[in-house]
Amino acid sequence: MKELRLMKGNEALAEAAIRAGADAYFGYPITPQSEVIEYLMRENPADRTGMQVLQAESEVAAINMIYGAAGCGKRAITSSSSPGISLKMEGISYIAGAELPCVVVNVVRAGPGLGTIQPSQSDYFQAVKGGGHGDYKMIVLAPATVQESVDYVKLGFDLAFKYRNPVMILSDGIIGQMMEKVELFEQMPRSTEEYDWATVGKKPGKNSVFVTSLQLQSEEQEKVNLRLQAKYRVIEKNEVRYETYMCDDAEYLFVAFGSCARITRKSMEMAREKGHKVGLIRPQTLYPFPEEVIYEMGGRVKGILTVEMNAGQMVEDVKLAVNGQCPVKHFGRFGGMIPSPDEILNALEQKIIGG
Amino acid sequence: MITPENLVYEKTKVMTDRVLHYCPGCGHGTAHRMLAEVIDELGIQGDTIGVAPVGCSVLAYYYFNVDMQEAAHGRAPAVATGIKRVLPEKYVFTYQGDGDLAAIGTAETIHACNRGENILIVFINNGIYGMTGGQMAPTTLPGMKSSTSPRGRDVATMGNPLKITELIAELPGTYFVTRQSVHTPGNARKTRRALKKALEYQKLNKGTCFVEIVANCPSGWKMTPVQSNKWMEEHMFSFYPLGDIKVPEK
Repeated sequence: MKELRLMKGNEALAEAAIRAGADAYFGYPITPQSEVIEYLMRENPADRTGMQVLQAESEVAAINMIYGAAGCGKRAITSSSSPGISLKMEGISYIAGAELPCVVVNVVRAGPGLGTIQPSQSDYFQAVKGGGHGDYKMIVLAPATVQESVDYVKLGFDLAFKYRNPVMILSDGIIGQMMEKVELFEQMPRSTEEYDWATVGKKPGKNSVFVTSLQLQSEEQEKVNLRLQAKYRVIEKNEVRYETYMCDDAEYLFVAFGSCARITRKSMEMAREKGHKVGLIRPQTLYPFPEEVIYEMGGRVKGILTVEMNAGQMVEDVKLAVNGQCPVKHFGRFGGMIPSPDEILNALEQKIIGG
Repeated sequence: MITPENLVYEKTKVMTDRVLHYCPGCGHGTAHRMLAEVIDELGIQGDTIGVAPVGCSVLAYYYFNVDMQEAAHGRAPAVATGIKRVLPEKYVFTYQGDGDLAAIGTAETIHACNRGENILIVFINNGIYGMTGGQMAPTTLPGMKSSTSPRGRDVATMGNPLKITELIAELPGTYFVTRQSVHTPGNARKTRRALKKALEYQKLNKGTCFVEIVANCPSGWKMTPVQSNKWMEEHMFSFYPLGDIKVPEK
């Protein structure tokens, strides 16, 4: 039975992990996402589903515990916030290289360095362009609501196992901390499926399995890279997700993701009241990026403004997608500051409509 | 002619037929075989999951005929924790060198042991970074030469060798901690017994078992295999004395 609750984003996400049939959570506390592990420890899912929860000694250890559990074909999830995600990047690269499925949640706070605990979207580049070393991609899901934080845990595990690839939920401090109405999906059973790539103990008559990202011969390593790239092309073809608002008659366009898209939607409505025909595209997947729809809109509108809580990151991907068909500008607040609908509207008028 | 009647020795099936990449005279081959034989003898080949490190034994999964994972440098105890937590009924071991275990992976080592993860950690201590070409290790002896301590390890500026096994033994999470070697048949047999005990203890869920094997590195030490074993006896064993450090209380 579906269940309606008022929940904090981080806690709802933790509950979703239990309900999605996760086998294990490994994490390390960091603001603004410590409620994830606190909720799990309080809830003690070992009693509900058998799910294992462990507070690791560091984010580095946590992501490597994820590697170990994922290498056994288990559904493993971890969460952290920006400085902690930087520490996890080594492990994420190994997970991508060894083609293991897992879900990594980043409740983004502002950087660089220790930065501040306030919300930000300044880890966009790190999430979609690699972050760790080597040519690899994570599938990046960008929730804009507590509801999506919940739904993307389930979707994240599905995509991770479909492609044997790490999935990142790129949330932020607003979504992690705010309380919203959320519809929780029903408890799913933990999977008992055994995979031929997973280390669960050598089967008689079969070769032993090893999980590795190492190929000492360049020819072999290139083959691995080619295989990964081919997989990423399939992901780009199949997994683009986005929402459009009032794009049909739009003369101007906002592109914004996550919590910023919600604020921008208000700005769009305010602009419409003033007679500006403005639409909004909200990418739900940041990788793969909704290039096609943005290209198509770029050919129809007079200008595009990306609104981001960073100094201008997604704007680069929007420009690549638009390919020079119309002006593309960026408006952002950063360092933990959240843009108001008024200042976004003002930026649209200054940079795009009047620009 | 080998017939079943006169067969006195057979290579364990828990080692593959792949040719070892280790240097001639290196201790890894014997250490691998001791562990593989024990897995065979206990009949747990299908229930064992190993974790290889970064270092000379990075390719250990080519040689052990059990399911294995290759960990990032130093992270093997964390990877093993992840495996053991989701498959608690399996036998899980890590096989790590001194740089992996006692330098870059010190935190993972100490915390896995402190939590008392029910895993076996096999620690090969040869006091040098073999794979990268003979650099100083956390366990390099005072005055010992390496490519990054070319005038010998100066403890005043380079720090002291870390007796991590003695540290580990202090932690309540460890159940059995021992230091062995494999450079003579007698020592190899003792190592074998220690590894067997450690894997048997894993069934008890009483905590981490930690088996250090002091080993030679002829290439890194720039000695012949025979010289290196003699040097190990004369220098390494006085600093890293062999024997049990922590045994289960009766």
